[in-house]
Amino acid sequence: MVVEKKKTRSSEIPTSSLADIAFLLLIFFLVTTTIDVDKGIGLVLPPKGETKEIPKKNITNLLVNAEGKVMIDEEPTEIMMIKNIIMNKLTQNPNMLVSVKTDENTKYRYYIQVLDQLKQAWGNKPAKISIAEPAK
Amino acid sequence: MRFQKKSRAEGGIPTASLPDIVFMLLIFFMVSTVFKEFRGIPVRLPAAKKIEKLPGKRNVVYLWADDRDRVSMDDKFIEVSEISNIMYQKLSDPLRQIRVVSMKIDEQAKMRHITKIHEELREAGGAALNVNYSTKTAN
Repeated sequence: MVVEKKKTRSSEIPTSSLADIAFLLLIFFLVTTTIDVDKGIGLVLPPKGETKEIPKKNITNLLVNAEGKVMIDEEPTEIMMIKNIIMNKLTQNPNMLVSVKTDENTKYRYYIQVLDQLKQAWGNKPAKISIAEPAK
Repeated sequence: MRFQKKSRAEGGIPTASLPDIVFMLLIFFMVSTVFKEFRGIPVRLPAAKKIEKLPGKRNVVYLWADDRDRVSMDDKFIEVSEISNIMYQKLSDPLRQIRVVSMKIDEQAKMRHITKIHEELREAGGAALNVNYSTKTAN
Protein backbone atom coordinates (compact mmCIF):
# COMPACT_ATOMS: atom_id res chain seq x y z
CA MET A 1 0.00 0.00 0.00
CA VAL A 2 1.37 3.38 -1.01
CA VAL A 3 0.62 6.28 1.21
CA GLU A 4 0.28 9.44 -0.76
CA LYS A 5 2.35 12.24 0.63
CA LYS A 6 0.19 15.10 1.79
CA LYS A 7 1.03 18.51 0.42
CA THR A 8 1.90 20.73 3.36
CA ARG A 9 2.34 24.08 1.67
CA SER A 10 -0.85 26.12 1.75
CA SER A 11 -1.33 28.62 -1.02
CA GLU A 12 -3.72 30.88 0.88
CA ILE A 13 -2.92 33.99 2.89
CA PRO A 14 -3.80 33.41 6.56
CA THR A 15 -6.83 35.56 7.30
CA SER A 16 -7.43 34.62 10.91
CA SER A 17 -5.61 37.74 12.17
CA LEU A 18 -7.33 40.06 9.74
CA ALA A 19 -10.10 40.90 12.18
CA ASP A 20 -7.54 41.70 14.88
CA ILE A 21 -5.66 44.09 12.63
CA ALA A 22 -8.88 45.77 11.55
CA PHE A 23 -9.97 46.11 15.17
CA LEU A 24 -6.68 47.74 16.07
CA LEU A 25 -7.06 50.28 13.27
CA LEU A 26 -10.70 50.82 14.21
CA ILE A 27 -9.80 51.58 17.83
CA PHE A 28 -7.09 53.98 16.68
CA PHE A 29 -9.52 55.97 14.55
CA LEU A 30 -12.20 55.83 17.23
CA VAL A 31 -9.81 57.42 19.70
CA THR A 32 -8.46 60.07 17.34
CA THR A 33 -11.82 61.19 15.90
CA THR A 34 -13.05 64.46 17.38
CA ILE A 35 -16.78 64.60 17.31
CA ASP A 36 -17.19 68.00 18.96
CA VAL A 37 -18.42 70.61 16.51
CA ASP A 38 -17.73 74.30 16.54
CA LYS A 39 -20.64 76.40 17.65
CA GLY A 40 -21.23 80.09 17.41
CA ILE A 41 -23.35 82.98 16.29
CA GLY A 42 -23.81 83.16 12.54
CA LEU A 43 -23.98 86.37 10.57
CA VAL A 44 -23.84 87.28 6.88
CA LEU A 45 -21.42 89.98 5.82
CA PRO A 46 -22.53 91.82 2.70
CA PRO A 47 -19.94 92.45 -0.02
CA LYS A 48 -18.18 95.78 -0.07
CA GLY A 49 -20.06 98.62 -1.65
CA GLU A 50 -23.48 97.02 -1.43
CA THR A 51 -26.01 99.38 0.04
CA LYS A 52 -29.71 98.93 0.49
CA GLU A 53 -32.26 101.61 1.04
CA ILE A 54 -34.36 100.89 4.06
CA PRO A 55 -37.24 103.09 5.14
CA LYS A 56 -36.37 105.00 8.29
CA LYS A 57 -39.40 103.73 10.17
CA ASN A 58 -38.12 100.15 9.90
CA ILE A 59 -34.76 100.91 11.46
CA THR A 60 -34.08 100.64 15.16
CA ASN A 61 -30.76 102.08 16.19
CA LEU A 62 -28.88 100.21 18.86
CA LEU A 63 -25.75 101.78 20.25
CA VAL A 64 -23.27 100.01 22.51
CA ASN A 65 -20.68 102.06 24.31
CA ALA A 66 -17.27 101.04 25.66
CA GLU A 67 -18.71 100.20 29.09
CA GLY A 68 -21.32 97.84 27.69
CA LYS A 69 -24.23 100.23 28.17
CA VAL A 70 -26.86 100.14 25.48
CA MET A 71 -29.06 102.77 23.92
CA ILE A 72 -32.06 101.69 21.83
CA ASP A 73 -33.64 104.56 19.91
CA GLU A 74 -32.38 107.17 22.40
CA GLU A 75 -33.52 105.10 25.40
CA PRO A 76 -30.68 103.92 27.65
CA THR A 77 -30.96 100.31 28.81
CA GLU A 78 -28.96 97.21 29.79
CA ILE A 79 -27.78 94.39 27.52
CA MET A 80 -30.01 91.82 29.24
CA MET A 81 -33.11 93.93 28.49
CA ILE A 82 -32.53 94.04 24.72
CA LYS A 83 -34.41 90.82 24.00
CA ASN A 84 -37.68 92.02 25.55
CA ILE A 85 -37.50 95.51 24.09
CA ILE A 86 -36.82 94.20 20.58
CA MET A 87 -39.55 91.57 20.88
CA ASN A 88 -42.03 94.32 21.77
CA LYS A 89 -40.91 96.39 18.82
CA LEU A 90 -41.16 93.36 16.53
CA THR A 91 -44.80 92.77 17.40
CA GLN A 92 -45.53 96.34 16.33
CA ASN A 93 -43.42 96.16 13.17
CA PRO A 94 -42.37 92.69 11.93
CA ASN A 95 -40.22 94.18 9.17
CA MET A 96 -38.01 95.97 11.63
CA LEU A 97 -34.24 95.93 11.23
CA VAL A 98 -31.78 96.60 14.01
CA SER A 99 -28.69 98.59 13.23
CA VAL A 100 -25.97 97.78 15.74
CA LYS A 101 -23.39 100.45 16.23
CA THR A 102 -20.51 100.04 18.64
CA ASP A 103 -17.87 102.30 20.02
CA GLU A 104 -14.41 101.49 18.73
CA ASN A 105 -13.38 100.62 22.29
CA THR A 106 -16.35 98.33 22.94
CA LYS A 107 -15.23 94.90 23.99
CA TYR A 108 -16.06 91.98 21.73
CA ARG A 109 -17.79 90.28 24.68
CA TYR A 110 -20.50 92.97 24.79
CA TYR A 111 -20.93 92.79 21.03
CA ILE A 112 -21.54 89.03 21.20
CA GLN A 113 -23.96 89.47 24.11
CA VAL A 114 -25.90 92.04 22.08
CA LEU A 115 -25.99 89.78 19.01
CA ASP A 116 -27.09 86.88 21.21
CA GLN A 117 -29.94 88.94 22.66
CA LEU A 118 -31.04 90.04 19.19
CA LYS A 119 -30.95 86.48 17.86
CA GLN A 120 -33.05 85.38 20.82
CA ALA A 121 -35.57 88.15 20.15
CA TRP A 122 -36.13 86.90 16.62
CA GLY A 123 -36.36 83.30 17.78
CA ASN A 124 -36.40 80.85 14.90
CA LYS A 125 -36.90 83.48 12.24
CA PRO A 126 -33.80 84.90 10.52
CA ALA A 127 -32.70 87.96 12.42
CA LYS A 128 -32.40 91.24 10.58
CA ILE A 129 -29.25 92.77 11.94
CA SER A 130 -27.07 95.37 10.33
CA ILE A 131 -23.60 96.12 11.63
CA ALA A 132 -22.72 99.77 11.36
CA GLU A 133 -19.21 101.16 11.43
CA PRO A 134 -18.09 101.98 14.96
CA ALA A 135 -18.18 105.55 16.14
CA LYS A 136 -14.77 107.14 16.30
CA MET B 1 -23.27 -1.04 11.94
CA ARG B 2 -24.75 1.96 13.70
CA PHE B 3 -23.96 5.52 12.91
CA GLN B 4 -23.94 7.93 15.74
CA LYS B 5 -26.33 10.73 15.18
CA LYS B 6 -24.59 14.01 14.72
CA SER B 7 -25.77 16.87 16.87
CA ARG B 8 -27.27 19.60 14.69
CA ALA B 9 -27.10 22.53 17.05
CA GLU B 10 -23.84 24.42 16.90
CA GLY B 11 -22.62 26.39 19.83
CA GLY B 12 -20.59 29.25 18.34
CA ILE B 13 -21.59 32.58 16.89
CA PRO B 14 -20.67 32.76 13.20
CA THR B 15 -17.64 35.02 12.91
CA ALA B 16 -17.06 34.84 9.20
CA SER B 17 -18.57 38.28 8.55
CA LEU B 18 -16.88 39.92 11.53
CA PRO B 19 -13.97 41.36 9.52
CA ASP B 20 -16.43 42.86 7.04
CA ILE B 21 -18.35 44.63 9.78
CA VAL B 22 -15.18 45.87 11.41
CA PHE B 23 -13.82 47.11 8.10
CA MET B 24 -17.02 49.00 7.43
CA LEU B 25 -16.76 50.77 10.79
CA LEU B 26 -13.07 51.36 10.17
CA ILE B 27 -13.70 53.01 6.82
CA PHE B 28 -16.39 55.21 8.36
CA PHE B 29 -14.04 56.49 11.05
CA MET B 30 -11.17 56.91 8.60
CA VAL B 31 -13.35 59.09 6.40
CA SER B 32 -14.84 61.15 9.20
CA THR B 33 -11.58 61.79 11.05
CA VAL B 34 -10.06 65.21 10.64
CA PHE B 35 -6.51 65.23 11.89
CA LYS B 36 -5.49 68.81 11.40
CA GLU B 37 -6.41 70.52 14.61
CA PHE B 38 -4.60 73.81 14.81
CA ARG B 39 -4.98 75.45 18.15
CA GLY B 40 -4.29 78.97 16.90
CA ILE B 41 -3.82 81.80 19.32
CA PRO B 42 -5.04 81.08 22.82
CA VAL B 43 -8.29 83.01 23.11
CA ARG B 44 -11.02 83.19 25.72
CA LEU B 45 -14.22 82.79 23.78
CA PRO B 46 -17.32 84.71 24.86
CA ALA B 47 -20.46 82.84 25.86
CA ALA B 48 -23.84 82.95 24.09
CA LYS B 49 -27.17 81.13 24.22
CA LYS B 50 -28.60 81.26 20.72
CA ILE B 51 -25.88 79.41 18.88
CA GLU B 52 -25.73 77.33 15.76
CA LYS B 53 -23.44 74.59 14.54
CA LEU B 54 -20.84 74.97 11.86
CA PRO B 55 -21.51 72.91 8.73
CA GLY B 56 -18.62 70.44 8.86
CA LYS B 57 -14.96 71.29 9.13
CA ARG B 58 -13.74 71.03 5.59
CA ASN B 59 -15.43 74.09 4.12
CA VAL B 60 -14.48 76.40 6.93
CA VAL B 61 -11.74 78.99 7.15
CA TYR B 62 -10.54 79.65 10.67
CA LEU B 63 -9.46 83.06 11.81
CA TRP B 64 -8.09 83.85 15.23
CA ALA B 65 -7.81 87.28 16.79
CA ASP B 66 -6.82 88.22 20.31
CA ASP B 67 -6.94 91.31 22.50
CA ARG B 68 -3.45 92.41 21.45
CA ASP B 69 -4.55 92.98 17.86
CA ARG B 70 -2.88 89.84 16.56
CA VAL B 71 -4.54 87.88 13.78
CA SER B 72 -3.85 84.32 12.74
CA MET B 73 -5.02 82.47 9.67
CA ASP B 74 -3.65 79.37 7.96
CA ASP B 75 -1.59 78.39 10.99
CA LYS B 76 0.49 81.54 11.01
CA PHE B 77 0.40 85.10 12.22
CA ILE B 78 -0.59 87.62 9.59
CA GLU B 79 -1.22 91.31 9.33
CA VAL B 80 -4.84 92.49 9.23
CA SER B 81 -4.21 94.01 5.79
CA GLU B 82 -3.26 90.58 4.41
CA ILE B 83 -6.63 89.03 5.20
CA SER B 84 -8.35 90.15 2.00
CA ASN B 85 -5.62 88.66 -0.21
CA ILE B 86 -5.55 85.34 1.59
CA MET B 87 -9.33 85.15 1.64
CA TYR B 88 -9.53 85.96 -2.05
CA GLN B 89 -7.18 83.08 -2.86
CA LYS B 90 -9.17 80.74 -0.67
CA LEU B 91 -12.47 81.75 -2.19
CA SER B 92 -11.22 81.22 -5.73
CA ASP B 93 -10.00 77.69 -5.03
CA PRO B 94 -12.39 75.46 -7.02
CA LEU B 95 -11.47 72.35 -5.04
CA ARG B 96 -12.56 73.78 -1.74
CA GLN B 97 -15.83 75.64 -1.62
CA ILE B 98 -15.57 77.91 1.38
CA ARG B 99 -18.91 78.30 3.06
CA VAL B 100 -18.14 79.86 6.42
CA VAL B 101 -15.44 81.87 8.10
CA SER B 102 -15.19 80.82 11.71
CA MET B 103 -13.92 83.64 13.85
CA LYS B 104 -12.36 82.79 17.17
CA ILE B 105 -11.95 86.13 18.84
CA ASP B 106 -10.95 86.89 22.40
CA GLU B 107 -13.76 88.36 24.46
CA GLN B 108 -11.54 91.27 25.52
CA ALA B 109 -10.72 92.28 21.93
CA LYS B 110 -11.79 95.76 20.92
CA MET B 111 -14.39 96.42 18.21
CA ARG B 112 -11.93 98.69 16.41
CA HIS B 113 -9.86 95.61 15.62
CA ILE B 114 -12.84 93.47 14.66
CA THR B 115 -14.26 96.10 12.31
CA LYS B 116 -10.98 96.09 10.41
CA ILE B 117 -11.23 92.32 10.03
CA HIS B 118 -14.84 92.67 8.84
CA GLU B 119 -13.80 95.21 6.23
CA GLU B 120 -11.00 93.00 4.97
CA LEU B 121 -13.33 90.01 4.70
CA ARG B 122 -15.92 92.05 2.84
CA GLU B 123 -13.29 93.21 0.39
CA ALA B 124 -12.23 89.65 -0.44
CA GLY B 125 -15.53 88.12 -1.42
CA GLY B 126 -17.56 89.23 -4.39
CA ALA B 127 -20.64 87.86 -2.67
CA ALA B 128 -22.07 87.84 0.82
CA LEU B 129 -19.88 85.94 3.23
CA ASN B 130 -21.11 83.84 6.12
CA VAL B 131 -19.23 84.37 9.32
CA ASN B 132 -19.59 82.49 12.55
CA TYR B 133 -18.43 84.02 15.81
CA SER B 134 -17.26 81.07 17.86
CA THR B 135 -18.69 81.07 21.35
CA LYS B 136 -19.03 78.86 24.35
CA THR B 137 -22.44 77.67 25.44
CA ALA B 138 -23.86 79.93 28.12
CA ASN B 139 -25.74 78.46 31.04
